[in-house]
Amino acid sequence: MSGPNAGKRHEITTYVIGYVAALVLTGAAFGAVHWHWFADTTTTLAVVFGLALVQIIVHFRFFLHISFSRSARDDLQLILFSTLIVALMVGGTIVILLNLRARMM
Amino acid sequence: MIVHAHDFFTLLGKIDLHSFAFVRAWRDPSLNQVIAAGAASMVVIGAIALVLLITWLKKWRYLWDEWLTSLDHKKIGIMYIVLAFVMLSRALIEAVLMRTQQAMAVNTPGIVSPDHFAELFSTHGSIMIFFVAMPLLTGLINFVMPQQIGARDVSFPLLNSVSLWLTGAGAGLMMASLVIGKFSTGGWSGYPPFTELTYNAGVGPDYWIWAVTLSSLGSTLTGLNFAVTIYKKRAPGMHLMRLPLFCWTALCTSILMIFAMPPLTVATAMLALDRYLGFHFFTNGMGGNMMNYANLFWLFGHPEVYILILPAFGVYSEVVSAFSSKRLYGYTSLVLATMAIAVLSFTVWLHHFFTMGQNADINGFFGIATMTIGIPTGVKIYDWIWTMFRGEVRFTVPMLYSIAFMMTFVLGGMSGILLAMPPADYLVHNTLFLVAHFHNMLIPGMLYGMIAGYTYWFPKAFGFRLHEGWGKAAFVCWVVGFYLAFMPLYALGLAGVARRTHELFDPAFRPWLIVAEVGGLILLTGLALLFVQLYVSIRDRENNRVPVGDPWDGRGLEWANAAPAPEYNFALIPQVHSRDTFAWRKEHDCAYDPPDEYRDIEMPRNSMSGVIIGVCGGLAGFGLVWHIWWLAALPVLGVIATVIARSFARDVHYTIPAAKVAAEHGEWLRLIRETRPVDRFQETSPANRGLAARVP
Amino acid sequence: MSANEVKHAGLNLGDTDEVTHEQAGEGIFGFWVFLMSDAIVFALLFATYGVMLPGTAGGPTPASEYDMKSAFIETLLLLTSSFTFGLASIAMKHELGRVRLQFWLGITLLLGLAFLGFELHDFASMFSDGAYGSRSGYLSSFFGLVPLHGLHVFFGSLWIVVMMVQVSWFGLDARVKINLLRLGLFWHFLDIVWVGIFSVVYLQGLI
Repeated sequence: MSGPNAGKRHEITTYVIGYVAALVLTGAAFGAVHWHWFADTTTTLAVVFGLALVQIIVHFRFFLHISFSRSARDDLQLILFSTLIVALMVGGTIVILLNLRARMM
Repeated sequence: MIVHAHDFFTLLGKIDLHSFAFVRAWRDPSLNQVIAAGAASMVVIGAIALVLLITWLKKWRYLWDEWLTSLDHKKIGIMYIVLAFVMLSRALIEAVLMRTQQAMAVNTPGIVSPDHFAELFSTHGSIMIFFVAMPLLTGLINFVMPQQIGARDVSFPLLNSVSLWLTGAGAGLMMASLVIGKFSTGGWSGYPPFTELTYNAGVGPDYWIWAVTLSSLGSTLTGLNFAVTIYKKRAPGMHLMRLPLFCWTALCTSILMIFAMPPLTVATAMLALDRYLGFHFFTNGMGGNMMNYANLFWLFGHPEVYILILPAFGVYSEVVSAFSSKRLYGYTSLVLATMAIAVLSFTVWLHHFFTMGQNADINGFFGIATMTIGIPTGVKIYDWIWTMFRGEVRFTVPMLYSIAFMMTFVLGGMSGILLAMPPADYLVHNTLFLVAHFHNMLIPGMLYGMIAGYTYWFPKAFGFRLHEGWGKAAFVCWVVGFYLAFMPLYALGLAGVARRTHELFDPAFRPWLIVAEVGGLILLTGLALLFVQLYVSIRDRENNRVPVGDPWDGRGLEWANAAPAPEYNFALIPQVHSRDTFAWRKEHDCAYDPPDEYRDIEMPRNSMSGVIIGVCGGLAGFGLVWHIWWLAALPVLGVIATVIARSFARDVHYTIPAAKVAAEHGEWLRLIRETRPVDRFQETSPANRGLAARVP
Repeated sequence: MSANEVKHAGLNLGDTDEVTHEQAGEGIFGFWVFLMSDAIVFALLFATYGVMLPGTAGGPTPASEYDMKSAFIETLLLLTSSFTFGLASIAMKHELGRVRLQFWLGITLLLGLAFLGFELHDFASMFSDGAYGSRSGYLSSFFGLVPLHGLHVFFGSLWIVVMMVQVSWFGLDARVKINLLRLGLFWHFLDIVWVGIFSVVYLQGLI
């Protein structure tokens, strides 16, 4: 158990790491689109979405302090369950409605 | 300055004289308009009579202090149930009116106009789902769940009151639509583009949008509150796998509310944007996509079915176990089945629109998912049957409802499995077969459970039992009425009669329709008998008191305190040692041991924030319906101001001194020593004072 | 898992204020649940946006309306405000003085307001192109999603103001601390939603 001062330094470091990581990820996403790093759009889109996913995890880890530690277990379970529901709803919506669109064209 | 009549009406948005049902009936005294005016006058006369009665009894102060501003979960629960019964009366009368119309209107126009008929099925459905079923289960969970987990209140008592009042505001809008203006003709699901401005320029769909939105916001907050309560406020030792099954179903229902209400809010908000700002979410042209509405609505709508049914499953689990004097058979499987149903309910929404045009693979996937959900439900039925097996079964009113449920619900489930097959669904889609199916699920799967729960826990709420004889008479009506009203609809649906039909053209349908109408009247009699039962029970309450608080030899903690329970529920937060912990304590002769010491208890003070937020929500909804913009904006500011002001409040608790708790608890313990315990054969006789005899 | 061991995520107050930390568990968890419910709202709006993207009805398209520079600045503003809110949280937790707490809250507020300013400017320039929500299904879905996030930022800013008043009024009593923790979760959550918006809405539209 370290003292509160060490704790404070550690916490500031956490935020700084999160901030820098988020800046890099954001910059990479914008850069990829702005300077056309990839030839075809599908790859670019996949890269942008992938970077967004990583950045969301970075935010949860460094700003919202969600981790696998025991103290955050309840919140982690809640977030994972919510992710499942979001995936079902968003995935379902897109599959169903794009299928309808394709069949009407 | 002279205010012209014209300016005055501008100030009142779209309201004019013709908006009032009375004026319409005065100008055009047809049977149709007179029926509408009659309904409106029932609302007005009812409201006036209520106000006069309260004033005459000088009960305003009492009502305000003890009920309306109360944050006590038990009182909030009771208010929810009162609201539900008021709304049930209206929606059931509407159902009978519709049945009468259809029985009469074979090759004649009948008694109400097509539009009026459409209003009737829209209000009937919306009220039954949002203002009967939801308040019933919310009220019951509110009353029972904190006592079952050994807590003094829910996690966020003020939020609880806000939820109640938002629901009340929605119900108020439903009632207002009878008097001023007309309600939606778009059914309880409000599908666009029919409900878009192009086809429905009136205020009807707006009434529907705001009534439903207010209630769904209330339900989201309720779900949050219940889930956190069950997660964080359980008494020490109450592991999740020791929770009474009603709490498990309450937890799963709450989780469904948290995640399934937002799609409804999104759908209604988008429809509102279309109607108010000319957006194109669901319009025919301009890139609108009305199929997304069906998608969003049923993302809510299907989990909603399980929101409604799961708490009733919980009630049956408690009732069957208590009235068989046995522990619940297959507890773990019931818990797993409940969780499986909760998760699976998010994977089946497409079966509500198999016919929309997606390809067969997608339909097949959702068809199979739908059939899968029947498995955990079947598991539950077997568990309840095995609970009764070789138990000491007593056919009391709640038990009768449970048995009627098991038989009837299985029938409904089988018609559901038929509908889960996309090819079969294509044949009976949008017919009365579907109407028969979902009434067959919801009346036994929801209403019977809620009436059973109401009868079962009523003594805990008010300190006396409900009259058995009248309860059984009502039970007979609810069961016989159900079969007569809905079995003919299966036949009619298979014969191809479309749902929501104002007039029919084949005389061969008539006998079925008449039987269905008779069934509707019997159901209405069932409701009337419930009110008679309530009246008789209050009149004879001195004979039926159960002050000790355990009239049914109950198994959960909710029976471990006096009836009615003190505001703080438990003199000392109980320590839980096992599943069915109160039964365990009775077996070990330590159910009524005095605690070593009493402590001060902190309870939330009353607050009028909930009332203010609810009333503001209702007014804002009314302003939006009628395009009275000042009335829409001011209350919203009022809500924000209330929330901010409340965040500055610090003195929000009061303390009940240990001495007072000790005195009240001591009085109750003395009462127990003086009370003669009764065995189970006497539990419905006046000898039952709420103390169960030990079975050797 | 007994009730006592369950602590909340967010900024643990444990090593400086054990009592409030214990009290906060329920309230913070409840707020997480609220956020997840709100996340469903945003998820569905994203899905709707994705589905309605082709529904431009011959009107403005993403490529013609979005401004990458503006979106980038907005992203930086919001990201930085998340960081400064983190510094405010640390000032609160380690009791580095009210002045420092108020300072970081104030900076966060200014960044939030600057974000709103840029966003309103974006909308204004879209309006001047005739890109209203009532123009097409695609624009309806845009104006259903992005301004809702803006509305959240607005209420978050209002909440910051209220909390700044409360900090000077009550000091750091338990309720102020718990509400600041909740506000922090809210603010970081809005940043996460924004990551979705700049990726799915702006960058996808500009590829």
